[in-house]
Amino acid sequence: MNLTVNGNPQEFGGDPNMPLLWYVRDVLGLTGSKFACGTGLCGSCTVHVGGEAVRACITPVSAAEGMEVTTIEGLDAEGNHPVQRAWRAHNVPQCGYCQSGQIMQAAALLSQNPDPSDQEILDGMSGNICRCGTYQRIFAAVKTAAKEV
Amino acid sequence: MTMLTNLSRRTVLKGIAGTTGFVLGARLGSDQLLGLPANAAEGKLEANLFVAVDGDGSVTITCARSEMGQGVRTSLPMIIADEMEADWARCSVVQADAEQKWNDFGQELDTDGSRSVRRDINHLRAAGAGARKMLEMAAAEMWGVPAEECVAQNHRVSHATSGRSADFGELVATAAGLEAPDPATVQVKDRSDWKYIANESAFTPDAYVDLVDMTTGKGMFGADTMLDGMKTAVIARSPVYRGKVESYDDSAAMAITGVRGTVELPMPDLPIAFKQLGGVAVIADNTWAALEGRKALSVQWSESENSALDSSSYDDALRKAAAEPGTTIRERGSYELARDKASAKEFTREYFVPYFIHMPMEPPAAVANYQDGKVEIWAASQHPMAVRDTIAEVLGIEKENVLVHITLLGGGFGRKSKADYAVEAAYLSREVGAPVRLVWTREDEIQNGYYHAASAQSVSAVIDAGRVSGWRHGVAFPSILGLWVPEQKIGFNIEHGLGLIDMPYNSIENIRIENGDANLHTRIGWYRSVNNIQHAFAINSFANELAHEIGRDPVEFQLELIGEPAIIDLTKEKVEDYWNYGDPIEDYPIDTGRLAGVLRKARDVSGYGKPLPKGHGLGLAVHRSFLSYIAQAVRVQVADDGNYSITRVDTVLDCGLGANPERIRAQCEGAAVYGNTIARQGIISYAQGAVEQSNFHDYPVTRIDDAPLNVHLHRIENDHIPSGVGEPMVPPFAPALANAIFDATGKRIRNLPIRPEDITAA
Repeated sequence: MNLTVNGNPQEFGGDPNMPLLWYVRDVLGLTGSKFACGTGLCGSCTVHVGGEAVRACITPVSAAEGMEVTTIEGLDAEGNHPVQRAWRAHNVPQCGYCQSGQIMQAAALLSQNPDPSDQEILDGMSGNICRCGTYQRIFAAVKTAAKEV
Repeated sequence: MTMLTNLSRRTVLKGIAGTTGFVLGARLGSDQLLGLPANAAEGKLEANLFVAVDGDGSVTITCARSEMGQGVRTSLPMIIADEMEADWARCSVVQADAEQKWNDFGQELDTDGSRSVRRDINHLRAAGAGARKMLEMAAAEMWGVPAEECVAQNHRVSHATSGRSADFGELVATAAGLEAPDPATVQVKDRSDWKYIANESAFTPDAYVDLVDMTTGKGMFGADTMLDGMKTAVIARSPVYRGKVESYDDSAAMAITGVRGTVELPMPDLPIAFKQLGGVAVIADNTWAALEGRKALSVQWSESENSALDSSSYDDALRKAAAEPGTTIRERGSYELARDKASAKEFTREYFVPYFIHMPMEPPAAVANYQDGKVEIWAASQHPMAVRDTIAEVLGIEKENVLVHITLLGGGFGRKSKADYAVEAAYLSREVGAPVRLVWTREDEIQNGYYHAASAQSVSAVIDAGRVSGWRHGVAFPSILGLWVPEQKIGFNIEHGLGLIDMPYNSIENIRIENGDANLHTRIGWYRSVNNIQHAFAINSFANELAHEIGRDPVEFQLELIGEPAIIDLTKEKVEDYWNYGDPIEDYPIDTGRLAGVLRKARDVSGYGKPLPKGHGLGLAVHRSFLSYIAQAVRVQVADDGNYSITRVDTVLDCGLGANPERIRAQCEGAAVYGNTIARQGIISYAQGAVEQSNFHDYPVTRIDDAPLNVHLHRIENDHIPSGVGEPMVPPFAPALANAIFDATGKRIRNLPIRPEDITAA
C-alpha cells in the first residue's frame, strides 16, 4: 500500500492492521509520536491523517492508504508552526512526552476552528492527557496560537 | 596532552564557604569536594567534573540529575554558568552517564526526594567559580599581570588597568596548562551579582535546553533510542505479585509475523528490591508484533501467597490496625492522662487513602545492548546508579561493565527510581544476542507497578476546656521497606518522617503517634510526595473537623494548634531517628514559625472569611514536607448533584532560595493537577491479588476539562537555604479541597478520592 508521510511517498508491505503509531515509529523511525495508552485514551500519539487529528495507536495503517499523514516532525519544516511557537512562548512542556500529541491536537483544532471559545478549547483538548499538569499553559498557548493562525 | 596538576580530586575547595557571597548553609566542609582536576585534552579546558571549555569559547556543562519535567537540565547548569560568568547562550548541556566518578566525588545522580537544587547548589557554584578562576589566572599569565586584577564577566576576562580583554575561548589553551587555583582564592559571587540564579527574568523560553526538542518531536525518551538490529520486547507478567511461570505455550505467538522468539525471565529471590518481576518475554521485529505475540501467548501462572489480597478485607484490616494500639513512634506527655481527666472529651475520626499508581506519560522503557559481557543501556531512569548496580547484580557482571546513559524521562513521579525495567532490557539483550528495546504498556504499568501505599488513619483529640490537650494519631499501611525486608509489618523512619512524626501542632501538650501492623502483598514504592499525601490529608482534615466541633474558625484554630514560633525537637519525644529528608536538622529545623507564616499568607491572599455564593467553598491546608512549607487555599463550586469544579488555587510556598523561579511556578501549576488526581480520581484496588484497573478509562487522571486552570503561586521571600519544590506542593491539595467541600456543603469527606456521589450521600 502507498501513503504519504510528512510529504514523502511511502510504500508499506507489512501487516495492514499495524497501528499507524508503530508504523511511523518502528518502520519509519519517526519517534516524535508517542505511545502512552495504546487505546486512544490519552492522545500522546496524535497525528494528522488528511488534516484530521487521529489517535495513531488505534488507527490501522491501512486506514491511511492513499492519504497524507503528518506527524510532529512534519508539522512545520522549521518547527515553527504557530502552535509550536505558542508552546515555546508559554514554556508549556515539563517532561515533554505528551507535547507532540498536544501540539498536533491543537494544530488540528485551530485549523478547523481558528477562533475557539474557552469551552471549545477545553472540549478540543480534553482527549490529551498531560500527567505533569501543564494544562494551564496549554490553555493559554492555544489561545495565543489562535491569534496567529 | 597536558596533565593538570591542579588540585587532587579529593581536595576540598576551601574558601568557598567563607566568602562574602550568599552562603548556603555551613556545610562546605570535607563533603563538598570539587572534582578537580580532569585532564586537559588538546585545546580544551576540562576545569572539573562539570565544566569544559573549548577553544572557540563554547562551554559544555554536565547535568548529573535526570530530567523528568522539573527543568533540571536547565536550572542546574545555569547555576554553574552564572558562577563562571559564562554567557548561557554559549553553553550546552550534556547528560551524565552512571559513571563511578560521580560516586567517588559524592555527586548523587538519583533524582528523587525534591533535592537536586538543595543538595547540589553549593558544589555547582563552586565548580563554576573554580572554572572562572582558572580562566582569570590564564589571562593573568598571558598578560603578565596579577591574577586578582583579572576579572571574568560575560564570557570574557578583562584587565582594567591595561584595558586588555579576551574571550574565554582565547584563554583555554593557557588555562589548560596551569596549576589549579589555590582554593582559598576561589570565591563564589555575591548574591547581588547573580545573573541567572534565582532570577526569574533569566529563565526565558530560549534558556531552556530541551524546549525546542520537546516541541518538535526531537526529544529522546526511554523508547526512542534506535540501534542496528534492535528487537522489541514486551513481557507477560503474573497478574498476582510473585506468581511464577508454571508453563507456557508460545506456538500461536510464534506464528505471528515479526515475532522472533520468547524468553522466560526468572523470578528472582526475595527481597525483590529493584529486580525484575519475572515472566515470559516476546521478542519481535517491532512493537506491534511483540504486542500481538504477547496477546497470543498462553501462560499458566502459579498460585501466590498474595492471591489472598482483596481490597475490601485488606482495607478493613488497615482500619482496625490504625485504630488499635500499635508501635509508638512519637510520644510527648501522656495522651492517656489527658484523655482520662474528668473534664476531657475524646473526639475521633478515621481517614482512608487508597493505593495509587504513578502513570508517567511514558511507561517504563529502556534500550539495552549486551555484548561480550558488557551492557550499554539507554534508560529513562531517575536512578542511574541503581540501573547500573541492579543490572550488574542480576546479570552477574562487574559494575564497570554496565554503561548507563540517561534519556529524557517522560515523567517519573518515583516510578522510574526503580531499575526493574532496565534489568529486563539488559537480561533480554543477553538472551537474545541483539539490542533489545523493552516496552511496558499502560496496562503493564498499572498492573505490575510499585504502588503508593494504601493507608488507614485514626486520629483522636482530647478536648478539655475548649482547648486540645491531647492528640493521638494511629496509622497502618504496607511499607516501602518491604522491598528489602519482606516480613516488614510497620513503616520505617523515612515513612514516619513524611509528615507524621513531624506533626507540627506544637501547642498540644500530649501527643502519641502509633503505627499498627500491615501485611505486604505487592510492591510498594515512593510516589510524588509519598506518605505526606495521607498524613497531610488526615492532619489538616481533622484540625478542620475539630474546629467546627468546638465552634472555632478553622484557620485561627489551626494557627493556635501550631502555636508560637518554635523549633520542634523530636529527640525529646522518643524519636531517635528522625530522617528530615536526609538533611541535617541544624540546617533545616522543623520551624513552626515558617509553617504558620505560609498559612497566614494563604488566608490573606485567598480572601478567606469573605462570604461566598451558595454552593461555593474555600478550604485551606498547610504542611511541611521536603523541608519546605506550603499552604494551599482551594476554592470549589459544588453543584446539587455533587459534581464540583475547582475555580481557583492559591499556593503559598516557602522553599527558601529558589534557583529557578519560573520552573517553581510550573511545578506549582503541575502539583495542583497532580493533587487533583489524588483527591478526585484514580484508585488502585485488588481482587484475588490482582489489580482491577488497566488503563486511563478505569484509572482516570486529570484532564484539561477537570483540571485546576487558575493556579497562583505566592512565594515567601527570605534568606533561607533552598528546600524542596517538586513534591511538597502536592500534599496540601486534597485536604484543602475536602475542607472547601465541607465549607460549601457541610459534607465531610474522609476517604479519597472524593467522588460526586460521596458528597451527595446521606
